Amino acid sequence: MAVDGVSFSVQKGEIFGFLGPNGAGKTTTMKMIQCVSPRSGGSLRVFDLDPEKHPDAIKRRIGVVPQETNLDPDFTCEGNLLTYARYFDIPADIATQRTNELLAFVQLEEKRDVSIEKLSGGMKRRLILARALVNRPELLVLDEPTIGLDPQARHLIWERLKLLQAQGNTIVLTTHYLDEAARLCDRLVIMDNGRILEGGTPAELVLRHVGNEIVELEKSDDVLACLRDLDMPFEEVGDTVLIATGRAHEIARTLLGRCQPKKMLTRPATLEDVFLKLTGRRLRD
Amino acid sequence: MTAAALFCLPRITRRAWHVWRRNLEVFVKTWKVNFFPPFVEAFLYLIAIGVGIGTYVKEIDGIPYVNFIAPSILAIAVMNSAFFECTYGSYVRMYYQKAFDAMIATPLSIEDVIAGELLWGATKSIMYAAIMLGVLSLFGVVALPIALLVIPFAFLGGLLFAALAMCFTAITPSIDALNYPSFLFITPMSLFSGTFFPLSLLPAAFQYIALALLPLTHVVAIFRMFSLPALSWAIMFHLAWLLAGTALLCIFSINMMRRRLIV
Repeated sequence: MAVDGVSFSVQKGEIFGFLGPNGAGKTTTMKMIQCVSPRSGGSLRVFDLDPEKHPDAIKRRIGVVPQETNLDPDFTCEGNLLTYARYFDIPADIATQRTNELLAFVQLEEKRDVSIEKLSGGMKRRLILARALVNRPELLVLDEPTIGLDPQARHLIWERLKLLQAQGNTIVLTTHYLDEAARLCDRLVIMDNGRILEGGTPAELVLRHVGNEIVELEKSDDVLACLRDLDMPFEEVGDTVLIATGRAHEIARTLLGRCQPKKMLTRPATLEDVFLKLTGRRLRD
Repeated sequence: MTAAALFCLPRITRRAWHVWRRNLEVFVKTWKVNFFPPFVEAFLYLIAIGVGIGTYVKEIDGIPYVNFIAPSILAIAVMNSAFFECTYGSYVRMYYQKAFDAMIATPLSIEDVIAGELLWGATKSIMYAAIMLGVLSLFGVVALPIALLVIPFAFLGGLLFAALAMCFTAITPSIDALNYPSFLFITPMSLFSGTFFPLSLLPAAFQYIALALLPLTHVVAIFRMFSLPALSWAIMFHLAWLLAGTALLCIFSINMMRRRLIV
Protein backbone atom coordinates (compact mmCIF):
# COMPACT_ATOMS: atom_id res chain seq x y z
CA MET A 1 0.00 0.00 0.00
CA ALA A 2 1.51 3.32 -1.09
CA VAL A 3 -0.72 5.61 0.99
CA ASP A 4 -2.83 4.82 4.01
CA GLY A 5 -5.55 6.95 5.55
CA VAL A 6 -4.39 10.19 3.97
CA SER A 7 -6.90 12.90 4.85
CA PHE A 8 -6.75 16.48 3.62
CA SER A 9 -8.84 19.20 2.02
CA VAL A 10 -7.69 22.01 -0.23
CA GLN A 11 -9.47 25.37 -0.30
CA LYS A 12 -10.12 27.28 -3.48
CA GLY A 13 -7.38 29.80 -4.25
CA GLU A 14 -4.71 28.43 -1.93
CA ILE A 15 -1.35 26.84 -2.55
CA PHE A 16 -1.33 23.53 -0.73
CA GLY A 17 1.87 21.54 -0.32
CA PHE A 18 2.72 17.89 0.26
CA LEU A 19 6.13 17.46 1.85
CA GLY A 20 7.90 14.25 2.53
CA PRO A 21 11.01 12.19 1.88
CA ASN A 22 11.26 10.01 -1.23
CA GLY A 23 8.74 7.18 -1.11
CA ALA A 24 6.43 8.99 1.30
CA GLY A 25 3.42 8.64 -1.00
CA LYS A 26 3.26 12.17 -2.39
CA THR A 27 3.24 11.18 -6.05
CA THR A 28 0.67 8.45 -5.42
CA THR A 29 -1.61 11.01 -3.80
CA MET A 30 -1.16 13.34 -6.78
CA LYS A 31 -1.98 10.52 -9.18
CA MET A 32 -5.19 9.82 -7.32
CA ILE A 33 -6.21 13.47 -7.63
CA GLN A 34 -5.41 13.33 -11.35
CA CYS A 35 -7.75 10.34 -11.81
CA VAL A 36 -4.83 8.15 -12.87
CA SER A 37 -4.33 5.83 -9.90
CA PRO A 38 -7.37 4.04 -8.44
CA ARG A 39 -8.02 3.94 -4.68
CA SER A 40 -8.53 0.70 -2.82
CA GLY A 41 -10.84 2.45 -0.34
CA GLY A 42 -11.79 5.73 1.25
CA SER A 43 -13.35 8.68 -0.47
CA LEU A 44 -11.88 11.39 -2.68
CA ARG A 45 -13.70 14.32 -4.26
CA VAL A 46 -12.16 16.71 -6.74
CA PHE A 47 -14.49 19.65 -7.44
CA ASP A 48 -17.11 17.55 -5.57
CA LEU A 49 -16.72 14.81 -8.20
CA ASP A 50 -15.54 11.23 -7.77
CA PRO A 51 -12.37 10.61 -9.83
CA GLU A 52 -13.46 7.05 -10.54
CA LYS A 53 -16.87 8.03 -11.90
CA HIS A 54 -16.15 11.30 -13.71
CA PRO A 55 -12.48 11.27 -14.71
CA ASP A 56 -12.87 13.30 -17.88
CA ALA A 57 -15.01 15.99 -16.23
CA ILE A 58 -12.27 16.41 -13.59
CA LYS A 59 -9.30 16.13 -15.95
CA ARG A 60 -10.81 18.82 -18.16
CA ARG A 61 -10.50 21.27 -15.22
CA ILE A 62 -7.04 20.41 -13.90
CA GLY A 63 -3.53 21.05 -15.19
CA VAL A 64 -0.77 18.58 -14.39
CA VAL A 65 2.98 19.14 -14.08
CA PRO A 66 4.43 15.65 -13.67
CA GLN A 67 7.67 14.90 -11.87
CA GLU A 68 9.09 13.24 -14.96
CA THR A 69 9.60 15.37 -18.05
CA ASN A 70 7.27 13.83 -20.62
CA LEU A 71 7.18 16.45 -23.36
CA ASP A 72 6.67 15.04 -26.85
CA PRO A 73 10.13 14.82 -28.43
CA ASP A 74 8.65 14.56 -31.94
CA PHE A 75 7.35 18.14 -31.79
CA THR A 76 8.69 21.67 -31.27
CA CYS A 77 7.74 23.79 -28.25
CA GLU A 78 4.80 25.23 -30.16
CA GLY A 79 3.82 21.80 -31.49
CA ASN A 80 3.79 20.38 -27.97
CA LEU A 81 1.29 22.98 -26.77
CA LEU A 82 -0.91 22.73 -29.87
CA THR A 83 -1.04 18.92 -29.77
CA TYR A 84 -1.77 18.93 -26.05
CA ALA A 85 -4.56 21.49 -26.54
CA ARG A 86 -6.16 19.11 -29.02
CA TYR A 87 -6.33 16.38 -26.36
CA PHE A 88 -8.66 18.77 -24.50
CA ASP A 89 -10.83 19.27 -27.61
CA ILE A 90 -9.75 22.93 -27.75
CA PRO A 91 -10.48 24.37 -31.21
CA ALA A 92 -7.40 25.14 -33.32
CA ASP A 93 -7.78 28.94 -33.37
CA ILE A 94 -8.13 29.18 -29.59
CA ALA A 95 -5.23 26.74 -29.18
CA THR A 96 -2.99 28.94 -31.34
CA GLN A 97 -3.90 32.02 -29.35
CA ARG A 98 -3.29 30.31 -25.99
CA THR A 99 -0.02 28.84 -27.24
CA ASN A 100 1.23 32.35 -28.02
CA GLU A 101 0.14 33.64 -24.62
CA LEU A 102 1.65 30.73 -22.74
CA LEU A 103 4.99 30.79 -24.55
CA ALA A 104 5.22 34.44 -23.50
CA PHE A 105 4.13 33.59 -19.95
CA VAL A 106 7.01 31.14 -19.48
CA GLN A 107 9.44 33.28 -21.54
CA LEU A 108 10.00 30.76 -24.30
CA GLU A 109 8.86 32.83 -27.29
CA GLU A 110 12.25 32.59 -29.00
CA LYS A 111 12.19 28.82 -28.63
CA ARG A 112 8.84 28.43 -30.39
CA ASP A 113 10.23 26.37 -33.30
CA VAL A 114 12.98 24.60 -31.38
CA SER A 115 12.71 20.86 -30.83
CA ILE A 116 12.44 19.57 -27.28
CA GLU A 117 15.83 17.88 -27.14
CA LYS A 118 17.59 21.23 -27.68
CA LEU A 119 16.03 22.78 -24.55
CA SER A 120 17.80 23.07 -21.20
CA GLY A 121 16.30 21.41 -18.13
CA GLY A 122 14.86 24.70 -16.92
CA MET A 123 13.25 25.45 -20.28
CA LYS A 124 11.66 22.01 -20.33
CA ARG A 125 10.13 22.54 -16.90
CA ARG A 126 8.82 25.91 -17.98
CA LEU A 127 7.30 24.41 -21.11
CA ILE A 128 5.65 21.69 -19.01
CA LEU A 129 4.15 24.43 -16.83
CA ALA A 130 2.85 26.16 -19.97
CA ARG A 131 1.46 22.84 -21.22
CA ALA A 132 -0.37 22.32 -17.91
CA LEU A 133 -2.08 25.70 -18.38
CA VAL A 134 -3.31 25.10 -21.91
CA ASN A 135 -6.83 24.20 -20.74
CA ARG A 136 -7.05 27.17 -18.32
CA PRO A 137 -7.24 24.83 -15.32
CA GLU A 138 -8.97 25.77 -12.08
CA LEU A 139 -6.66 23.44 -10.19
CA LEU A 140 -2.98 23.01 -10.93
CA VAL A 141 -1.29 19.84 -9.68
CA LEU A 142 2.50 19.99 -9.61
CA ASP A 143 4.73 17.07 -8.68
CA GLU A 144 8.18 18.41 -7.79
CA PRO A 145 7.86 21.46 -10.06
CA THR A 146 11.44 22.69 -9.69
CA ILE A 147 13.34 19.42 -9.41
CA GLY A 148 16.91 19.74 -10.68
CA LEU A 149 16.68 23.42 -11.64
CA ASP A 150 19.20 26.19 -11.06
CA PRO A 151 18.25 29.06 -8.70
CA GLN A 152 17.26 31.42 -11.54
CA ALA A 153 14.90 28.91 -13.10
CA ARG A 154 13.40 28.04 -9.71
CA HIS A 155 12.70 31.69 -8.96
CA LEU A 156 10.99 32.15 -12.32
CA ILE A 157 8.71 29.15 -11.68
CA TRP A 158 7.90 30.37 -8.15
CA GLU A 159 7.09 33.83 -9.41
CA ARG A 160 4.80 32.35 -12.09
CA LEU A 161 3.02 30.15 -9.55
CA LYS A 162 2.42 33.13 -7.26
CA LEU A 163 1.04 35.04 -10.24
CA LEU A 164 -1.30 32.17 -11.08
CA GLN A 165 -2.50 32.09 -7.50
CA ALA A 166 -3.15 35.82 -7.63
CA GLN A 167 -5.31 35.18 -10.71
CA GLY A 168 -7.47 32.87 -8.62
CA ASN A 169 -6.00 29.44 -9.39
CA THR A 170 -5.79 26.72 -6.78
CA ILE A 171 -2.45 24.95 -6.65
CA VAL A 172 -1.47 21.63 -5.12
CA LEU A 173 2.20 20.73 -5.17
CA THR A 174 4.63 18.20 -3.80
CA THR A 175 8.20 19.05 -2.98
CA HIS A 176 11.10 18.00 -0.86
CA TYR A 177 12.68 21.41 -1.09
CA LEU A 178 11.74 22.98 2.21
CA ASP A 179 12.55 26.53 1.23
CA GLU A 180 10.17 26.08 -1.71
CA ALA A 181 7.40 24.87 0.58
CA ALA A 182 7.98 27.67 3.11
CA ARG A 183 7.98 30.28 0.38
CA LEU A 184 5.00 29.10 -1.66
CA CYS A 185 2.56 27.15 0.48
CA ASP A 186 -0.31 28.68 2.39
CA ARG A 187 -0.83 25.35 4.08
CA LEU A 188 1.01 22.08 3.87
CA VAL A 189 1.10 18.54 5.19
CA ILE A 190 4.16 16.47 5.97
CA MET A 191 3.95 12.84 4.83
CA ASP A 192 6.04 9.80 5.56
CA ASN A 193 5.51 6.09 4.88
CA GLY A 194 2.16 6.78 3.22
CA ARG A 195 0.69 8.72 6.14
CA ILE A 196 0.20 12.37 6.95
CA LEU A 197 2.22 13.23 10.06
CA GLU A 198 1.29 16.88 10.48
CA GLY A 199 -0.42 19.78 8.79
CA GLY A 200 -0.82 23.53 9.06
CA THR A 201 0.71 26.77 7.85
CA PRO A 202 4.52 26.75 7.62
CA ALA A 203 4.82 29.22 10.52
CA GLU A 204 2.45 27.21 12.74
CA LEU A 205 4.37 24.03 12.14
CA VAL A 206 7.70 25.59 12.97
CA LEU A 207 6.36 27.11 16.17
CA ARG A 208 4.54 23.95 17.25
CA HIS A 209 7.36 21.50 16.69
CA VAL A 210 10.59 23.41 17.05
CA GLY A 211 10.00 26.81 18.54
CA ASN A 212 11.25 30.17 17.44
CA GLU A 213 14.97 29.76 17.27
CA ILE A 214 17.82 27.30 17.08
CA VAL A 215 21.22 27.41 18.73
CA GLU A 216 23.78 25.42 16.74
CA LEU A 217 27.08 24.26 18.25
CA GLU A 218 29.97 22.28 16.85
CA LYS A 219 29.87 18.80 18.35
CA SER A 220 32.63 17.59 20.67
CA ASP A 221 32.72 15.28 23.68
CA ASP A 222 33.20 18.27 25.98
CA VAL A 223 30.18 20.10 24.58
CA LEU A 224 27.98 17.00 24.86
CA ALA A 225 29.06 16.39 28.46
CA CYS A 226 28.49 20.02 29.31
CA LEU A 227 24.97 20.02 27.85
CA ARG A 228 24.11 16.89 29.82
CA ASP A 229 25.37 18.57 32.98
CA LEU A 230 23.12 21.55 32.26
CA ASP A 231 20.24 19.14 31.67
CA MET A 232 19.48 20.89 28.42
CA PRO A 233 17.55 18.99 25.71
CA PHE A 234 19.45 18.85 22.40
CA GLU A 235 19.67 16.93 19.18
CA GLU A 236 22.77 15.69 17.36
CA VAL A 237 22.93 16.13 13.60
CA GLY A 238 26.17 15.05 11.97
CA ASP A 239 28.92 17.14 13.54
CA THR A 240 26.59 19.75 15.00
CA VAL A 241 24.34 19.91 18.03
CA LEU A 242 20.98 21.69 17.81
CA ILE A 243 19.06 23.23 20.66
CA ALA A 244 15.53 24.41 19.94
CA THR A 245 14.43 27.28 22.10
CA GLY A 246 12.42 30.44 22.49
CA ARG A 247 15.32 32.34 24.08
CA ALA A 248 18.32 31.74 21.86
CA HIS A 249 20.45 34.66 23.01
CA GLU A 250 20.11 33.87 26.69
CA ILE A 251 21.02 30.24 26.10
CA ALA A 252 23.88 31.14 23.81
CA ARG A 253 25.31 33.37 26.51
CA THR A 254 25.02 30.63 29.13
CA LEU A 255 26.65 28.07 26.84
CA LEU A 256 29.45 30.43 25.92
CA GLY A 257 30.30 30.79 29.60
CA ARG A 258 29.83 27.17 30.66
CA CYS A 259 30.73 24.93 27.70
CA GLN A 260 33.26 26.94 25.66
CA PRO A 261 32.09 25.61 22.27
CA LYS A 262 34.50 26.07 19.35
CA LYS A 263 31.74 27.39 17.10
CA MET A 264 28.25 28.54 17.90
CA LEU A 265 25.48 30.39 16.09
CA THR A 266 21.84 31.26 16.62
CA ARG A 267 19.29 31.31 13.82
CA PRO A 268 15.51 31.28 13.33
CA ALA A 269 13.93 27.83 13.21
CA THR A 270 12.87 26.67 9.74
CA LEU A 271 10.59 24.14 8.14
CA GLU A 272 13.64 21.98 7.58
CA ASP A 273 14.05 21.57 11.35
CA VAL A 274 10.40 20.47 11.59
CA PHE A 275 10.78 18.13 8.65
CA LEU A 276 13.87 16.40 9.98
CA LYS A 277 12.37 16.17 13.44
CA LEU A 278 9.19 14.51 12.16
CA THR A 279 10.60 12.25 9.47
CA GLY A 280 13.87 11.38 11.14
CA ARG A 281 17.35 11.56 9.76
CA ARG A 282 17.61 8.14 8.18
CA LEU A 283 18.67 8.33 4.54
CA ARG A 284 15.95 7.56 1.99
CA ASP A 285 16.27 6.20 -1.52
CA MET B 1 -5.48 -10.96 -14.85
CA THR B 2 -8.87 -12.60 -14.53
CA ALA B 3 -10.76 -13.73 -17.64
CA ALA B 4 -13.57 -11.32 -16.83
CA ALA B 5 -11.15 -8.38 -16.77
CA LEU B 6 -9.65 -9.52 -20.07
CA PHE B 7 -13.04 -9.69 -21.81
CA CYS B 8 -14.42 -6.49 -20.25
CA LEU B 9 -15.66 -4.21 -23.04
CA PRO B 10 -13.54 -1.02 -22.93
CA ARG B 11 -15.21 2.39 -23.15
CA ILE B 12 -13.67 4.32 -26.00
CA THR B 13 -14.54 7.88 -26.99
CA ARG B 14 -13.96 9.71 -30.26
CA ARG B 15 -11.00 11.38 -28.52
CA ALA B 16 -9.01 8.32 -29.61
CA TRP B 17 -8.68 10.10 -32.96
CA HIS B 18 -6.55 12.81 -31.28
CA VAL B 19 -3.91 10.15 -30.61
CA TRP B 20 -4.22 8.91 -34.18
CA ARG B 21 -3.82 12.48 -35.44
CA ARG B 22 -0.70 13.02 -33.32
CA ASN B 23 0.95 9.97 -34.87
CA LEU B 24 -0.15 10.99 -38.36
CA GLU B 25 1.40 14.45 -37.95
CA VAL B 26 4.73 12.98 -36.87
CA PHE B 27 4.57 10.53 -39.78
CA VAL B 28 3.84 13.25 -42.33
CA LYS B 29 6.77 15.35 -41.06
CA THR B 30 9.15 12.59 -42.11
CA TRP B 31 7.16 11.33 -45.09
CA LYS B 32 10.16 10.75 -47.35
CA VAL B 33 11.71 8.28 -44.95
CA ASN B 34 8.35 6.66 -44.33
CA PHE B 35 7.13 6.18 -47.89
CA PHE B 36 10.37 4.94 -49.39
CA PRO B 37 10.64 1.50 -47.70
CA PRO B 38 7.30 -0.01 -48.90
CA PHE B 39 8.10 1.21 -52.36
CA VAL B 40 11.47 -0.52 -52.38
CA GLU B 41 10.17 -3.59 -50.58
CA ALA B 42 7.61 -4.24 -53.32
CA PHE B 43 10.35 -4.13 -55.95
CA LEU B 44 12.66 -6.41 -53.97
CA TYR B 45 10.03 -9.11 -53.45
CA LEU B 46 8.91 -8.97 -57.06
CA ILE B 47 12.41 -9.26 -58.45
CA ALA B 48 13.95 -11.72 -55.99
CA ILE B 49 11.05 -14.09 -55.52
CA GLY B 50 8.73 -13.31 -58.41
CA VAL B 51 11.27 -13.17 -61.20
CA GLY B 52 14.07 -15.19 -59.55
CA ILE B 53 12.12 -18.17 -58.23
CA GLY B 54 9.40 -17.60 -60.83
CA THR B 55 11.90 -18.50 -63.58
CA TYR B 56 11.89 -22.09 -62.25
CA VAL B 57 8.40 -22.33 -60.81
CA LYS B 58 6.57 -20.69 -63.70
CA GLU B 59 3.08 -21.29 -62.36
CA ILE B 60 1.06 -22.68 -59.45
CA ASP B 61 -2.35 -24.23 -60.15
CA GLY B 62 -2.33 -22.52 -63.52
CA ILE B 63 -1.55 -19.09 -62.06
CA PRO B 64 1.73 -17.34 -63.01
CA TYR B 65 4.02 -17.47 -59.96
CA VAL B 66 4.43 -13.69 -59.75
CA ASN B 67 0.66 -13.25 -59.72
CA PHE B 68 0.41 -15.95 -57.03
CA ILE B 69 2.76 -14.14 -54.66
CA ALA B 70 1.59 -10.57 -55.40
CA PRO B 71 -1.28 -10.68 -52.84
CA SER B 72 1.13 -12.28 -50.32
CA ILE B 73 3.50 -9.35 -50.66
CA LEU B 74 0.60 -7.02 -49.86
CA ALA B 75 -0.59 -9.13 -46.92
CA ILE B 76 2.89 -9.36 -45.42
CA ALA B 77 3.28 -5.58 -45.74
CA VAL B 78 -0.07 -5.11 -43.95
CA MET B 79 1.09 -7.45 -41.17
CA ASN B 80 4.58 -5.98 -40.75
CA SER B 81 3.61 -2.31 -40.83
CA ALA B 82 0.91 -2.64 -38.16
CA PHE B 83 2.82 -5.19 -36.06
CA PHE B 84 6.06 -3.24 -35.90
CA GLU B 85 4.26 0.07 -35.33
CA CYS B 86 2.38 -1.27 -32.32
CA THR B 87 5.29 -3.20 -30.84
CA TYR B 88 8.49 -1.18 -31.18
CA GLY B 89 6.75 2.11 -32.08
CA SER B 90 4.18 2.02 -29.30
CA TYR B 91 6.74 0.71 -26.80
CA VAL B 92 9.06 3.64 -27.50
CA ARG B 93 6.18 6.09 -27.08
CA MET B 94 5.00 4.40 -23.90
CA TYR B 95 8.28 3.61 -22.16
CA TYR B 96 10.93 6.00 -23.44
CA GLN B 97 8.89 9.06 -24.39
CA LYS B 98 6.31 8.67 -21.57
CA ALA B 99 3.80 9.91 -24.13
CA PHE B 100 0.92 7.85 -22.73
CA ASP B 101 1.46 9.28 -19.24
CA ALA B 102 1.24 12.79 -20.67
CA MET B 103 -1.91 11.93 -22.60
CA ILE B 104 -3.84 10.39 -19.73
CA ALA B 105 -3.38 13.59 -17.71
CA THR B 106 -5.85 15.11 -20.21
CA PRO B 107 -9.46 14.02 -20.76
CA LEU B 108 -8.08 11.10 -22.81
CA SER B 109 -8.44 7.79 -21.02
CA ILE B 110 -5.94 4.96 -21.35
CA GLU B 111 -8.55 3.15 -23.47
CA ASP B 112 -8.70 6.13 -25.85
CA VAL B 113 -4.91 6.22 -26.10
CA ILE B 114 -4.54 2.53 -26.96
CA ALA B 115 -7.49 2.65 -29.38
CA GLY B 116 -5.80 5.60 -31.11
CA GLU B 117 -2.56 3.64 -31.37
CA LEU B 118 -4.39 0.64 -32.87
CA LEU B 119 -6.20 2.85 -35.38
CA TRP B 120 -2.88 4.35 -36.31
CA GLY B 121 -1.27 0.92 -36.83
CA ALA B 122 -4.16 -0.04 -39.12
CA THR B 123 -3.81 3.25 -40.99
CA LYS B 124 -0.16 2.50 -41.66
CA SER B 125 -1.21 -0.85 -43.09
CA ILE B 126 -3.61 0.89 -45.46
CA MET B 127 -0.95 3.34 -46.62
CA TYR B 128 1.66 0.64 -47.18
CA ALA B 129 -0.81 -1.64 -48.97
CA ALA B 130 -1.88 1.24 -51.23
CA ILE B 131 1.70 2.15 -52.16
CA MET B 132 2.66 -1.45 -52.87
CA LEU B 133 -0.53 -2.03 -54.81
CA GLY B 134 0.56 0.86 -57.03
CA VAL B 135 3.92 -0.78 -57.71
CA LEU B 136 2.34 -4.19 -58.36
CA SER B 137 -0.16 -2.61 -60.76
CA LEU B 138 2.73 -1.14 -62.75
CA PHE B 139 4.03 -4.67 -63.23
CA GLY B 140 0.55 -5.81 -64.24
CA VAL B 141 0.49 -8.67 -61.71
CA VAL B 142 -2.81 -7.71 -60.04
CA ALA B 143 -6.25 -7.44 -61.61
CA LEU B 144 -7.58 -3.89 -61.48
CA PRO B 145 -10.00 -2.51 -60.50
CA ILE B 146 -11.18 -5.36 -58.28
CA ALA B 147 -7.75 -5.55 -56.60
CA LEU B 148 -8.49 -2.09 -55.14
CA LEU B 149 -10.71 -3.90 -52.62
CA VAL B 150 -7.47 -4.91 -50.93
CA ILE B 151 -7.25 -1.38 -49.49
CA PRO B 152 -10.30 -1.43 -47.18
CA PHE B 153 -9.48 -4.99 -46.15
CA ALA B 154 -5.94 -3.85 -45.35
CA PHE B 155 -7.50 -1.78 -42.58
CA LEU B 156 -9.18 -4.82 -41.04
CA GLY B 157 -6.03 -6.93 -41.34
CA GLY B 158 -3.96 -4.03 -40.02
CA LEU B 159 -6.20 -3.58 -37.01
CA LEU B 160 -5.84 -7.28 -36.19
CA PHE B 161 -2.05 -7.23 -36.33
CA ALA B 162 -1.93 -3.90 -34.45
CA ALA B 163 -4.00 -5.42 -31.64
CA LEU B 164 -1.92 -8.61 -31.64
CA ALA B 165 1.22 -6.48 -31.40
CA MET B 166 -0.25 -4.41 -28.56
CA CYS B 167 -0.87 -7.61 -26.55
CA PHE B 168 2.86 -8.34 -26.75
CA THR B 169 3.73 -4.73 -25.92
CA ALA B 170 1.50 -5.01 -22.84
CA ILE B 171 3.48 -7.93 -21.42
CA THR B 172 7.02 -7.39 -22.70
CA PRO B 173 9.57 -6.76 -19.96
CA SER B 174 11.85 -4.78 -22.30
CA ILE B 175 12.16 -3.58 -25.86
CA ASP B 176 14.63 -6.39 -26.66
CA ALA B 177 12.12 -9.03 -25.62
CA LEU B 178 9.89 -7.86 -28.48
CA ASN B 179 12.31 -9.71 -30.75
CA TYR B 180 10.73 -13.00 -29.60
CA PRO B 181 7.28 -12.49 -31.13
CA SER B 182 8.88 -10.85 -34.16
CA PHE B 183 11.21 -13.71 -35.00
CA LEU B 184 9.36 -16.68 -33.53
CA PHE B 185 5.84 -15.78 -34.62
CA ILE B 186 5.77 -13.10 -37.34
CA THR B 187 8.63 -14.41 -39.50
CA PRO B 188 7.38 -18.04 -39.60
CA MET B 189 3.86 -16.78 -40.22
CA SER B 190 5.02 -14.87 -43.26
CA LEU B 191 6.42 -18.14 -44.70
CA PHE B 192 3.72 -20.69 -43.78
CA SER B 193 0.43 -18.90 -44.42
CA GLY B 194 -0.08 -19.87 -48.05
CA THR B 195 2.16 -16.98 -49.04
CA PHE B 196 4.91 -18.33 -51.29
CA PHE B 197 3.46 -21.82 -51.81
CA PRO B 198 -0.11 -23.09 -51.43
CA LEU B 199 -1.27 -24.20 -48.03
CA SER B 200 -2.33 -27.54 -49.58
CA LEU B 201 1.34 -28.56 -49.87
CA LEU B 202 1.57 -28.77 -46.09
CA PRO B 203 0.59 -31.87 -44.09
CA ALA B 204 -3.14 -31.84 -43.32
CA ALA B 205 -2.60 -31.25 -39.59
CA PHE B 206 -0.49 -28.20 -40.27
CA GLN B 207 -3.07 -26.81 -42.67
CA TYR B 208 -5.63 -26.87 -39.87
CA ILE B 209 -3.20 -25.20 -37.49
CA ALA B 210 -2.47 -22.49 -40.04
CA LEU B 211 -6.17 -21.86 -40.63
CA ALA B 212 -6.99 -21.87 -36.93
CA LEU B 213 -4.09 -19.87 -35.53
CA LEU B 214 -2.29 -17.85 -38.19
CA PRO B 215 -4.24 -14.68 -39.00
CA LEU B 216 -2.07 -14.03 -42.05
CA THR B 217 -3.54 -17.13 -43.74
CA HIS B 218 -6.91 -15.43 -43.92
CA VAL B 219 -5.56 -12.07 -45.03
CA VAL B 220 -3.58 -13.73 -47.85
CA ALA B 221 -6.62 -15.81 -48.92
CA ILE B 222 -8.88 -12.75 -49.15
CA PHE B 223 -6.27 -10.61 -50.91
CA ARG B 224 -5.64 -13.41 -53.43
CA MET B 225 -9.35 -13.63 -54.24
CA PHE B 226 -9.31 -9.92 -55.10
CA SER B 227 -5.98 -9.75 -56.94
CA LEU B 228 -6.28 -12.76 -59.29
CA PRO B 229 -9.37 -12.37 -59.20
CA ALA B 230 -10.87 -15.64 -57.96
CA LEU B 231 -13.82 -14.86 -55.72
CA SER B 232 -15.60 -17.65 -53.89
CA TRP B 233 -17.94 -18.07 -50.95
CA ALA B 234 -14.95 -19.14 -48.85
CA ILE B 235 -14.37 -15.42 -48.39
CA MET B 236 -17.16 -15.42 -45.79
CA PHE B 237 -15.24 -17.91 -43.64
CA HIS B 238 -12.02 -15.90 -43.84
CA LEU B 239 -13.83 -12.65 -43.18
CA ALA B 240 -15.70 -14.08 -40.19
CA TRP B 241 -12.40 -15.35 -38.74
CA LEU B 242 -10.76 -11.94 -39.21
CA LEU B 243 -13.68 -9.99 -37.74
CA ALA B 244 -13.90 -12.21 -34.67
CA GLY B 245 -10.13 -12.28 -34.22
CA THR B 246 -9.82 -8.51 -34.58
CA ALA B 247 -12.63 -7.80 -32.12
CA LEU B 248 -11.22 -10.15 -29.49
CA LEU B 249 -7.63 -8.96 -29.87
CA CYS B 250 -8.65 -5.29 -29.72
CA ILE B 251 -10.51 -5.89 -26.45
CA PHE B 252 -7.67 -8.02 -25.01
CA SER B 253 -4.95 -5.57 -25.98
CA ILE B 254 -6.72 -2.55 -24.47
CA ASN B 255 -7.45 -4.39 -21.22
CA MET B 256 -3.90 -5.73 -21.01
CA MET B 257 -2.40 -2.28 -21.60
CA ARG B 258 -4.75 -0.83 -19.01
CA ARG B 259 -3.42 -3.31 -16.50
CA ARG B 260 0.17 -2.48 -17.43
CA LEU B 261 -0.25 1.29 -17.20
CA ILE B 262 -2.69 1.84 -14.33
CA VAL B 263 -0.91 1.32 -11.03
